[in-house]
Amino acid sequence: MTPFDYHAPKTLRSAMRLVQAFGDDAKVLAGGHSLIPSMKLRLAAPSVVIDLSGVAGLKRVTAGNETISIGALATHYAVESHRLLPSKCSLLPETAAEIGDAQVRNRGTVGGSIAHADPAADWPATMLALDAQFDIAGPDGERAVAASDFFVDLFITDLQPGEILTQIRIAVPAECSGGAYVKMRQSASGFALAGVAAQVTLDDAGNCASVAVGVTGVAPAAYRAHAVEDALVGQGIDAVADAAAHATDGVEEFQEDHHASGDYRAHLARVFTQRALSQAIDRAA
Amino acid sequence: MPVSKSVGARIKRREDPRLIQGLAHYVDDIKLPNLLHVAILRSPYAHARINGINTDAAQNLSGVKSVVTGDDVKDVIGGIPCAATDPEGFPGIKVPHHPVLATGKVRFVGEPVAAVAATDAYIAQDALDLIEVDYEPLDAINSAEAAFADGAPVIHEDWDDNMAFTWSIAGGDVDAAFAEADHVVSQRIDHQRLVPNPMETRGVVAQYLPGKDQLNLWSSTQIPHLLRTQISVMLSMAENHVRVIAPEVGGGFGCKLNVYAEEALLGHMAKYLGQPVKWIEGRRENFLHTIHGRDQTGDVELAVKDDGTILGLNYTVTADVGAYYQLLTPAIPTLTGLMLCGSYTFKNVQMNLKAAFTNKMATDAYRGAGRPEATYLIERMIDVVAHDLDLDPLAVRRKNFIGKDAFPYETGTALAYDSGDYTAALDKALKIADYEALREQQAELREEGRYLGIGFSTYVEICGMGPSAAMPAGGWESSTVRVDPTGKVTVLTGVSPHGQGQETTFAQLIADGLGVDIDDIRIIHGDTDAVQYGIGTFGSRATAVGGTAMVHAMGKVKDKVVDIAAHLLESNPQDIVIEDGKYCVQGAPESGLTLGEIAMVAHVGVELPEGTEPGLAESHFFEPPNFTYPFGTHIAVVEVDADTGEVEIERYIAVDDCGNIINPLIVEGQVHGGIAQGVGQALYEEAIYDESGQMITGSFMDYALPKAHNFPRFELANTVTPSPVNPMGVKGVGEAGTIGSTPAIANAVIDALKPFGVRHIDLPLRPEKLWKLMQET
Repeated sequence: MTPFDYHAPKTLRSAMRLVQAFGDDAKVLAGGHSLIPSMKLRLAAPSVVIDLSGVAGLKRVTAGNETISIGALATHYAVESHRLLPSKCSLLPETAAEIGDAQVRNRGTVGGSIAHADPAADWPATMLALDAQFDIAGPDGERAVAASDFFVDLFITDLQPGEILTQIRIAVPAECSGGAYVKMRQSASGFALAGVAAQVTLDDAGNCASVAVGVTGVAPAAYRAHAVEDALVGQGIDAVADAAAHATDGVEEFQEDHHASGDYRAHLARVFTQRALSQAIDRAA
Repeated sequence: MPVSKSVGARIKRREDPRLIQGLAHYVDDIKLPNLLHVAILRSPYAHARINGINTDAAQNLSGVKSVVTGDDVKDVIGGIPCAATDPEGFPGIKVPHHPVLATGKVRFVGEPVAAVAATDAYIAQDALDLIEVDYEPLDAINSAEAAFADGAPVIHEDWDDNMAFTWSIAGGDVDAAFAEADHVVSQRIDHQRLVPNPMETRGVVAQYLPGKDQLNLWSSTQIPHLLRTQISVMLSMAENHVRVIAPEVGGGFGCKLNVYAEEALLGHMAKYLGQPVKWIEGRRENFLHTIHGRDQTGDVELAVKDDGTILGLNYTVTADVGAYYQLLTPAIPTLTGLMLCGSYTFKNVQMNLKAAFTNKMATDAYRGAGRPEATYLIERMIDVVAHDLDLDPLAVRRKNFIGKDAFPYETGTALAYDSGDYTAALDKALKIADYEALREQQAELREEGRYLGIGFSTYVEICGMGPSAAMPAGGWESSTVRVDPTGKVTVLTGVSPHGQGQETTFAQLIADGLGVDIDDIRIIHGDTDAVQYGIGTFGSRATAVGGTAMVHAMGKVKDKVVDIAAHLLESNPQDIVIEDGKYCVQGAPESGLTLGEIAMVAHVGVELPEGTEPGLAESHFFEPPNFTYPFGTHIAVVEVDADTGEVEIERYIAVDDCGNIINPLIVEGQVHGGIAQGVGQALYEEAIYDESGQMITGSFMDYALPKAHNFPRFELANTVTPSPVNPMGVKGVGEAGTIGSTPAIANAVIDALKPFGVRHIDLPLRPEKLWKLMQET
């Protein structure tokens, strides 16, 4: 095993100091579901590991009247099992329940998954559909980035060296809102061959006042399906099928491997966009 | 068998408390003083020349005790054995030398090249990175087709092509059958390569005791005695100075019915280094260098009459056996040939096999071992016949079933099916399924654009392996039953259970047979110094063959117990019965003697009948007169999502007939696991090597095993047709679920897609494959 120094800071401030001191030599450890396998396979060999699991305050999930806050170190299970989330924003626990298996959900973290930005991870789709804001601590203080600006490319995010994702903030959806997450699991890993999160708010007439659709597993990074959203705003459930046909508009490069071709992933994106939107509208009504 | 309380009862497995509490001792739980840890450097290339190996840097790493390469051991460790190389059976067979560490050339990714022993496992692993191997990559062969292509690179350069062996079998008159046929129904069928994936990977601990010149070898194996024999040959040691112990073994599925490089290598290193050594296989190593299963592709032709009567079968097949042979590699496809007639009456049958060397891991016995290929092939083809002739697949089955009065029945491949009633199992399954209602539901759903499929498999398979004459290395089994002075019973069995539950089922048989409490019985297995020679656990043989050996040994003990009891009770042996746990004259249990009391008399030795030896221990070696042939009907009900191609198993009905049942709970457990594993082949699993010979499904992130959420609750039942082959009337059930389920699922999915004109699809039935077929029509 390649030796490494292990640090377990208790405060965000000391974590930040360590991250800045060690720079590229350091890897930040959250739930360990991506970093530890990489180290075991010798694909990653950091000389310093900074374990955030002891940092106070990063695990909390709170659901206020206006804002839902998810600490970056909150486990998937913490979101899945939160008492208030099913009524405030059901898309969050529904997505959490689709991740891996019970062991993974008990250990893996929301922030870890988002910062890792696996192209087939579930959270990015949902964070996009919920217009989540990511709070990031850095050498120059705090900044917030919208989910739609965060996922850049395959395993690449807007996170800069020396920065740590600390919290996810989501506005509690308005009355008459509904969400749904639909995915096909890659049969071995359980990651999404395609996963679509949809969140809608209906107007008094039952048409879509707002629509947001996030797609994962299909392209090098999760993306917002703006063409779908544009086609559906102001429309009702009858327009879902036509709108969903635009689920991959603008995607230039598709993920492709022995589990699924790019064409099939694109097809699944359209099918699941339709299913997720139909369910979301149904739930909003 | 005596009237029993224990046999037939749903007794929980006595093994389970230690397994689920983490109290079991696997190879990796063995800790010895001064233990060194071994890591294996494996070839990253599928095919390459080794122009040199520099181990200096690795040797110099602190904590490294030794680095060995192929050149270091080629003169002291013999080749990895294969027990199925008889040129009379396999005309023209090429038997390449199979070194424990590669010399000169590597022939598959994962082939061992060097080994490091170090003071801890991490240092050993680190040292691997410091070994410099000068490889000269060669073109790789990743399929039998590529192996036989003109100008293909030759894997074993002692010969000039990659043809490993040929094999054929013929029965009846195939030409006449095809001349008489109204139709010839043909289909190319692929049996994809699979990875066995036991929960516990392999592992070896070796310890050499110089004072005794004794090698102790702990290995996660299914065959401790056969392994002892082979290791003693490979290491040129006297066999009675080698002790092999199979401690708790966490599953095998056939992949531990073998002799592997690491077993001999660690034995050698322990002796050479004078320190015990341990190697625990990583999961990725297991994918690359533990045997694989299946990997046959062939063309099937059936000669069929208008009414669906099958007259004959012709199967021309190639097998991709990998780069070398393991213990039984060439024998596996021969089991396919033997079982081609399935549960049907046609006797005109022919199979011609060509096997290719490729740059892959060897294939060998994986749960079912050759029989799943035969069952999948014939059960799939029955449905293809029904499709082509527009017949009901059930009608085709019934038309061709061997009738229940025909047993014992000689097949076209000269097997003698022992007993069966195939119609009874089918009828029972149909009743559970409520078949007519299912077909109605299917029709209704199709109107809604939903695609339900109903698939059958009316399988028969071979268990109780087997008569020695039909086996490469002995097919008998052994047991010793002894009663201790205090009346506790110890059984030494030559089989080597690793999940099958014989510590429970064997104790049930003893409890009833000797009239003792099941808690007073201990089953010892898997230690060659403790147990008389045995063949091991594989081929669903442990109870049918090993259990029979034990029952016979127990019978000898019981005869002696009864003689002593009669003597003490001043009665005749024929008047002694067991009542309330006492040996007594019938009707007088109050004056009877417990087994313990009789055992003490046998031990003390002064009150014995004249001429009776003291002690209570008897052995028996049982040679089975035949295999056993369990059978059954599996019905799968699936729905295929028209938009995505996803398959949902709605219902799964299995009626299995494994003869008499000793423990229904254990039988169900075997069937559950078996079904899951067979469904894995049907829907998910596939070992894929790319063009350069890299395995791209080398972890659980990419190789899909079935998971609990993929299944509905199984609906299980049995018919009971006792086997005449052994006194218990048992057949075996270790592989039935796997053999039965793959074709049931495939037939169900293809039935679901019937409106799209689909006739056949190769496995695994991935959603994308199904979706594309639905798009094409």
